[in-house]
Amino acid sequence: MIEILESGPFNTVQDLGRPGYRDIGVSASGAMDPLAARIGNILVGNDENAAAIEVQTFPFRLSFERRMAFAVTGADSNPHLDGSELLSWCAHVAEAGQVLELRQPLRLSRSYVSLGGGLDIPVVMGSRSTSLRGGFGGNAGRPLAKGDRLAVGEDLEIAMLPAPGLAIIEPATALRDVFPAPVDGVLPIRALPAGEHDLFARDGEEFWSQTWRISSRSDRTGYCLSGEPITPTTSIEMRSHGVVPGVIQVPPGGEPIVQMSDANTAGGYPKVAGVIECDLWRLGQARIGARLKFFRSTHAEARAVEQAVGRYVEDVRQTSRMVKLALKAMA
Amino acid sequence: MIATTNRHAQREIVPATQNRARVSAIGTRSFLLEAPGDFELAAQRRIWALSRIVKGWEDLAEDIPGMTNLLVIFKETPQDPDAAVVRLLQAWENAQSIDLVGKCIEIPVHYGGEHASDLPALCDLSGLSDREVVRIHHEATYRVFALGSAPGFGYLHGLDPRIYMPRKTMPSLKMAKGCVTIGGMQTGVAMLTGPNGWNSIGFATLEMFDPISPNPAMMAPGDTVRFLPARIEL
Repeated sequence: MIEILESGPFNTVQDLGRPGYRDIGVSASGAMDPLAARIGNILVGNDENAAAIEVQTFPFRLSFERRMAFAVTGADSNPHLDGSELLSWCAHVAEAGQVLELRQPLRLSRSYVSLGGGLDIPVVMGSRSTSLRGGFGGNAGRPLAKGDRLAVGEDLEIAMLPAPGLAIIEPATALRDVFPAPVDGVLPIRALPAGEHDLFARDGEEFWSQTWRISSRSDRTGYCLSGEPITPTTSIEMRSHGVVPGVIQVPPGGEPIVQMSDANTAGGYPKVAGVIECDLWRLGQARIGARLKFFRSTHAEARAVEQAVGRYVEDVRQTSRMVKLALKAMA
Repeated sequence: MIATTNRHAQREIVPATQNRARVSAIGTRSFLLEAPGDFELAAQRRIWALSRIVKGWEDLAEDIPGMTNLLVIFKETPQDPDAAVVRLLQAWENAQSIDLVGKCIEIPVHYGGEHASDLPALCDLSGLSDREVVRIHHEATYRVFALGSAPGFGYLHGLDPRIYMPRKTMPSLKMAKGCVTIGGMQTGVAMLTGPNGWNSIGFATLEMFDPISPNPAMMAPGDTVRFLPARIEL
């Protein structure tokens, strides 16, 4: 068990999501930074899809009721265990009674706490993710609150963890060749033109050339972007159709909305573009107020990035496993 | 298209394409096929058939039937997106119209009252009295075309063109779960309390979604829906 000692309003249990139910109107949900969630799970020896805690309101504190492995990945929330500073992107062991504290990150927005064995909570429609809109999944369909106690699965690898921890190079560094850094604080996000792009005519070009800001009306469902409004040449609604995270819709006001992890499953606003899936985690880590610019991408580029990410994840998996086995052999 | 009786309507709902099906990409793994022509049952029956065809594809992750359209999500980003488009169009050409045999769902509705926040505007738009709007709405028989937008929410076809009403430019911020609503040429029942761009004319208390049931959604594509006026408060 772990017990939540302090939490903000929007911290939830998430795994990699609940795909497959969009045809009955159920959002996939899942971690806003799935790459960080995967890596955290791998570090503590879990299945990649194990349920972790997504922390997006800080400070956050929990106590461990028994000895267990854990890792904090994603935004650097300066984790402390009983007051001692810890590395992020590193598997550690906590003793029963110890307290983990996460503080407001300086950049980025979401940290993930992965626990050896994963959060042991009921699977609803194939996932342990919290569906905030639907009010089910995760921690009884709601955010974590002080006093909540969550069961943690059996940890089979804790004995193999080296005492000082097991750290990896974080994706932003390891993958800097395929994820270009922000330029003058403007995050580059790659996207493909979508169905109604050409209806925006010159405003369609404005979409790509201007810098957008993530407005305060943004959450796990979608990011509202503020900037110079863009409007299609004719005022239209589409027949309702399926949508997925990354879709950039333009409501009549002209300020685009990017659908995120809790994306609606259907929509009717014209779509100017769709963020390529491998860039969604970067958007998931962008903060309210952050500036971003969209760049036209291609399926080929998206595939190349996906493959690079796949190689990195595989490398982390193999290397962490090898190190653990080697240490066990030496012990 | 919005019928000519709705002469005040500011926005039109576009037919997907006039002559040929259209396929467009949404991000990297998803492709939307939009059926050509009018918003009608014949097109939807072919969409249902297409859904059945793509479910046999090994590289398919998910498909989401919409209103005379189908979103197809592949397991991986296709190497050749043009080939994926061609394949989808060919499947559409081969899709023989099918009818889904569904159940009949009766939904008791409290028309008017505190939740019918958009009934006066619909009367203004249509030129009809509130009594006529309600009568027209509950006398029709609807067909579930597709589910989406919220857990268990069914998009219903069969709305009388006299009471079509475009979605709002500014959504209501906190529309209640259970509101019976009209969005363009569609009608439905709100499944969640929250922002909603449709227009509310009544309220229903029937529970239509249970996340822990093996079949969480009461409605399924092809089902028939009737609204029964349990109470009319005008």
